[in-house]
Amino acid sequence: MATSALEHVQAPAAPKTGLWSWITTVDHKRIGILYGASAFAFLLIGGLEALLIRWQLRIPENNFLSAETYNQLFTMHGTTMIFLGVMPLSAMFFNYLIPLMIGARDVAFPRLNAFSYWVFILGGLFMNFSFLVNAAPNAGWFGYANLTSTQFSPGLNVDFWVIGLQILGIASLAAAVNFLVTIVNLRAPGMKMMRMPMFVWMSLITQVLLLLAFPVITVALVLLMLDRVFGTGFYVPSMGGDPMLWQHLFWIFGHPEVYILILPPFGMVSEILPVFSRKPLFGYAAMVFSGTFIAFLGFGVWSHHMFATGMGPVADSVFSLTTMLIAVPTGVKIFNWIGTIWGGSLQMKTPMYFALGFIALFIIGGLSGVMHASPPADLQQTDTYFVVAHFHYVLFGGSIFALLAGAYYWWPKMFGYLLDEGIGKLHFWVAFISMNLTFFPMHFVGLHGMPRRTYTYPAGLGFDWLNMVQTIGSLLLGVSFLIFLWNMLRSHRGRVANPAPADPWNGATLEWSIPSPPQEWNFAELPEVHGRDPLWDLKRARGGPLPEPALVSGQGIHLPNPSYWPVVTAVGVGVVLIGFMAGGVVVNLIGVAILFFGAFRWAFEPAG
Amino acid sequence: MSLRKVLPGSPGTMARLLLLVGVVALSGCGGDYPQSTLTPLGDFAKLVDDLFSGTVRWAVLVFVLVEGALIYAILKFRARPGDAEPQQTHGNALVEVVWTIIPAVILAFIAVPTVRTIFQTAEVPEDALEIEVIGHQWWWEFRYPSEGVVTATEMHVPAGQKVVLKMRTADVLHSFWVPQFAAKRDVFQNKYTTMWFTADTIGRFPGQCAEFCGIQHARMHSWVVVQPPEEFAAWVTAQQVGSPLVNRGVVAVDTTQAPAVPDSVVIRGEAAFVATGCISCHAMVGTPLAGQLFEGNTNAGPNLSHVASRRHLAGGLFENTEANLRRWLRDPQGLKPGSNMRLPRPLTDDEIDVLVAYLQTRQ
Repeated sequence: MATSALEHVQAPAAPKTGLWSWITTVDHKRIGILYGASAFAFLLIGGLEALLIRWQLRIPENNFLSAETYNQLFTMHGTTMIFLGVMPLSAMFFNYLIPLMIGARDVAFPRLNAFSYWVFILGGLFMNFSFLVNAAPNAGWFGYANLTSTQFSPGLNVDFWVIGLQILGIASLAAAVNFLVTIVNLRAPGMKMMRMPMFVWMSLITQVLLLLAFPVITVALVLLMLDRVFGTGFYVPSMGGDPMLWQHLFWIFGHPEVYILILPPFGMVSEILPVFSRKPLFGYAAMVFSGTFIAFLGFGVWSHHMFATGMGPVADSVFSLTTMLIAVPTGVKIFNWIGTIWGGSLQMKTPMYFALGFIALFIIGGLSGVMHASPPADLQQTDTYFVVAHFHYVLFGGSIFALLAGAYYWWPKMFGYLLDEGIGKLHFWVAFISMNLTFFPMHFVGLHGMPRRTYTYPAGLGFDWLNMVQTIGSLLLGVSFLIFLWNMLRSHRGRVANPAPADPWNGATLEWSIPSPPQEWNFAELPEVHGRDPLWDLKRARGGPLPEPALVSGQGIHLPNPSYWPVVTAVGVGVVLIGFMAGGVVVNLIGVAILFFGAFRWAFEPAG
Repeated sequence: MSLRKVLPGSPGTMARLLLLVGVVALSGCGGDYPQSTLTPLGDFAKLVDDLFSGTVRWAVLVFVLVEGALIYAILKFRARPGDAEPQQTHGNALVEVVWTIIPAVILAFIAVPTVRTIFQTAEVPEDALEIEVIGHQWWWEFRYPSEGVVTATEMHVPAGQKVVLKMRTADVLHSFWVPQFAAKRDVFQNKYTTMWFTADTIGRFPGQCAEFCGIQHARMHSWVVVQPPEEFAAWVTAQQVGSPLVNRGVVAVDTTQAPAVPDSVVIRGEAAFVATGCISCHAMVGTPLAGQLFEGNTNAGPNLSHVASRRHLAGGLFENTEANLRRWLRDPQGLKPGSNMRLPRPLTDDEIDVLVAYLQTRQ
């Protein structure tokens, strides 16, 4: 240890480049970028799946896709968007921003962080590999038993899903531990809990949700794997098992998962609105407590996904009331956001457009949510396109819009140049209009009786024109992502001519006090924090903008060494699990050997 | 930045846009939507619809107020050149308490009728006609235990009489949905779920399975056929002949009738029905295994004893016409890939002719 620290002092770190430097990196910023790039690629794949679905549904009795292909596509669309798109996009922001916002040089366990990423990418690639062998999962992202039993799903499709999700779960759990410890332990001097940026608060709550929810889905998946591989009957009614067990376990995970998908975006919007309103977040404490309350209640509402299973009037009433209760803290958040912009001086830049669009759309999703929180009404609406409309308003209008706001906002920090404002606003308007065109008619086609997950529909039920409108909207939505790509490409080309300053938006949080992009060690000197908006405090004390921070040599700054053992260990995890599906116990054992070897070398490697 | 000119510049566009979206969407309420939940015709569905309409009224009110406040704030507080730093407010305890309480009160107005309706709809009425609903991959079976009727895809009910559905599945989970008169319930192998309704409107009303149940989930349609009570009674009488639930499907030979002509459509059809293997899954009046096959409930196909009385076949995939029957018998897997209608061997043209003619006599 002492030797390696000395080496750092003697040799100032040269900028690291090349593929190997990315594979062995333990820098939270590079891992964040890896997460972002991978998740964005998966998001585009999931989007392509959605477009194929929409093309099939544009007219009744269409033969563009076969029933089997359609079922694979909608299963993978849901699975991809949730586990490989929105969650890891949030993970990108956790990785990149949490250390910067709390004034730390890295996360608490940098190599564990790399491990999380490599396990994630392995799980994502594995799951999508199923397309190449024509066995993509086809039982829905919710994989209801007993359709997933070997009797009714004999192929490898469900195995890809069961194993893939377990791999991804390990990545999420490792990351959750890491960020939890990071936020609790690595805050800069003076950054008390109630001074943390709201994004860090919402991230903290999200890690708690991950830590509590993912073990539940893991148990559910392990039982399913035992059913499929070893012939047990946990979910098989003819063997005394119960398909309801799966539903309960899945939704005990599944509903907190909804908040895992939305709380980080809540946090991002809570960072962006104050900066572009030039006034602090309204009701900081209420925002913290409402987020905590949402997360807490999120564990007590799972059965609202199961009103149609006939749980009886008492259970229906209880889960209905707890669900409606969630609308209160959610409403508090929306009112506080409006309170934040109220009386401000709104700087209408692209991140602000997306953040405001987020509020407008999330309100719609919230209101339709209250509608099917009512079990009798839900008995008509569940499993129809009405529900599809609802969760696309909260997940696309909510999560994705906030993530796009975050992308435009933190892009200059991450890459050292701003995205183009004009193209950005075009991107916003095309996305906003086409989003509504795609998803708003789904409310009506659902109420008019169109069920979800159907590969086609007959003419004569009145679904035709509504579906055509949705398909046109979805194509436009695809165009909005092309505009985003165009913006990235164009802005990247102009990066040398238009470098971003350290603080392009008059930011309030610590990440804007350091160069764009930050140097490897983030902060040459750890900052001291005296309030909730540390950078605004500094600028106010100074009476104007801060001088551009100088690049420093980083001599004497202690950083962890790069390591490839996390990659090796991650491969071990994957091989162990894949053995349950193909190759049998030999493959399991090889995986265990790789896993132990990697973990052993990792444990005894000098950390730097 | 040159793009700026072609863009809808002001945030007010957002307001106009929302309005436009609303108008477009509302126009969706017109037209003909036979499977709609928005035009309830039965008591259960009306209870649900009343509750939903009440919630929608609150939702529209909240929508207008909150989106209105948002749009107002965006327009009013937009930065103007030379703006001073706005007042740095951090919150307002009174305002925050008020806007926590108001939604809670509104929710109470939704919650109370919700709980009331939950208990109203959970009460299973007595003296109702009981129908057992059984989900199969991918068709619905309907049994009338007291009447001794077994049929598929089309559920007949008498107008004005309460009906209780006792529901289960023979294989995976499905969800039985009667949007016009009731709502939907999932079905399980290991328990019964129930739903009830009274239908007052004569006619045929479509519904379809709502829980994803495998490859042909989209082709699992059903109809509720509401008939005047006398017509329903006549239908029951006709369906009872050869029903697996009546005397195990054995029909007493009617000695007053002339014996069947050896070369008739029926005799040749019965022979083909047995010889080509249809009988291994389908009950059929007059054939030897009509009732016995019905003990279990796995992999059995629909009871075909009165198949000609049904307007739709194959889980509602097609209408019951001669041409469609022919296509179905020629290539069921081509028409409904993955379905459990698997021919032991391809049928010859002659066999198809005989079977189609025979099935069309099974009124």
